[in-house]
Amino acid sequence: MNVPPSWMEGNSTMCLAIPAKVTAISGSVAEVDVMGNRTSADISVIEEVRVGDYILIHAGLAIQKYDEAEALETIALFRELAEAMGE
Amino acid sequence: MNAALFSDPAVAEKLIAGIRRMAEGRGIMRIMEVCGTHTMEIGRLGLRSLLPRGIELISGPGCPVCVTPGAVIDAAADLSLRGGVTVLSFGDMVRVPGDRTSLAQARASGGSVEVAASPLDVVARAQADPGRDYVFVAVGFETTIPSTARAVTLAREKGLRNAKFLVCHRMVPPALDALIADASIGIAGFMLPGHVSAIIGERPYARLPAHGIPAAITGFEPLDIIAGIHAIVDMIVHGKPAVRNMYPRVVKPDGNARARELIRAVFRPGDALWRGIGVIPRSGLFLRDEFTGLDAARHFGLSIDDHAMPAGCSCGEVLRGKIRPDQCPLFSGACTPENPKGPCMVSSEGSCAAYFRYGG
Repeated sequence: MNVPPSWMEGNSTMCLAIPAKVTAISGSVAEVDVMGNRTSADISVIEEVRVGDYILIHAGLAIQKYDEAEALETIALFRELAEAMGE
Repeated sequence: MNAALFSDPAVAEKLIAGIRRMAEGRGIMRIMEVCGTHTMEIGRLGLRSLLPRGIELISGPGCPVCVTPGAVIDAAADLSLRGGVTVLSFGDMVRVPGDRTSLAQARASGGSVEVAASPLDVVARAQADPGRDYVFVAVGFETTIPSTARAVTLAREKGLRNAKFLVCHRMVPPALDALIADASIGIAGFMLPGHVSAIIGERPYARLPAHGIPAAITGFEPLDIIAGIHAIVDMIVHGKPAVRNMYPRVVKPDGNARARELIRAVFRPGDALWRGIGVIPRSGLFLRDEFTGLDAARHFGLSIDDHAMPAGCSCGEVLRGKIRPDQCPLFSGACTPENPKGPCMVSSEGSCAAYFRYGG
């Protein structure tokens, strides 16, 4: 993840959500690591979160898990599209 | 994490070459990016200058603070000036002018206005300080709505009498319906917001291809955005409109059902005003009756009634993609980020601010 520009950080209404690694879970709250910074997030609306998972946080709430396997497939697809050169 | 892969310049270059080849000899293709975060990223990457001339990227209504009615902002500012009330707001809302004032102006006159990163903050603040009312100005689209819904349910569970919500949430799909109904805009394709889609999934967009308009659910890294445009152009030139999910690492076909259930439990849909655009049927969310006690508008007896925009401001046309920001008579002369006249220039994700900062 690139470091988000400063205007994106923290207190905006926009659609930015930050991937964070879950380091501990206690009830509906997860401790997370966001690019080296520790913070916490409410995980009540996502299912089966485990320590080590990546989650996407927006306005204090984890809104979805970040699927690393899908990320690799998407990158493969983008490369394929690139090689096809719009044929 | 493998996200650095999503900004590989070699892949980006080839994708853009592919877009160029597909667009060659074709007419104008107007592609709307619905989301303000996409608008800013497109500006930051300088994408418009890299794309072939025929592809026009136009910005849509996806800037929450830009579409928040001025009367809501005025009401929040007034509340902050009542003794015993603190207004909590996302940071980018503070400077946005309402019809007659702003939160920043209210704060300068002694109002109690604080920036919050999450609606959940209002719960913590209200709990820690029971002698004071804390009001959260709840704006935002489906990405943000679950967070407010969670805060509302927590406030009720904890029996907090001093946590209130001034709710002005808006939903994206009804706005898209309104945009495709307005044939004068001539949108050939939509870049759909990735994190709104993380909640709502793919299904609410089915009406777009049914109207012959292709759409791609798009992430926010450079390659995501370029591949999103690639997918849209591909569908346009091949005449095969569909909704393509280019962001499956975050967006599941059904979105986040649990989050939607929470939204349904807390809010009911209703007709709502979008600043500069007008009323869009069933595009707003309102607290259900069982949460009336947490509704700031009811509790404080606010009457919120909106119309005015600053004189000469063309935000409404900009938000509907009818004109580019630099076609507004106020742009960069009377209206700049330092001295903004309209909401699209104030908000960091507003199209006018993006144009001012990065150029067309």
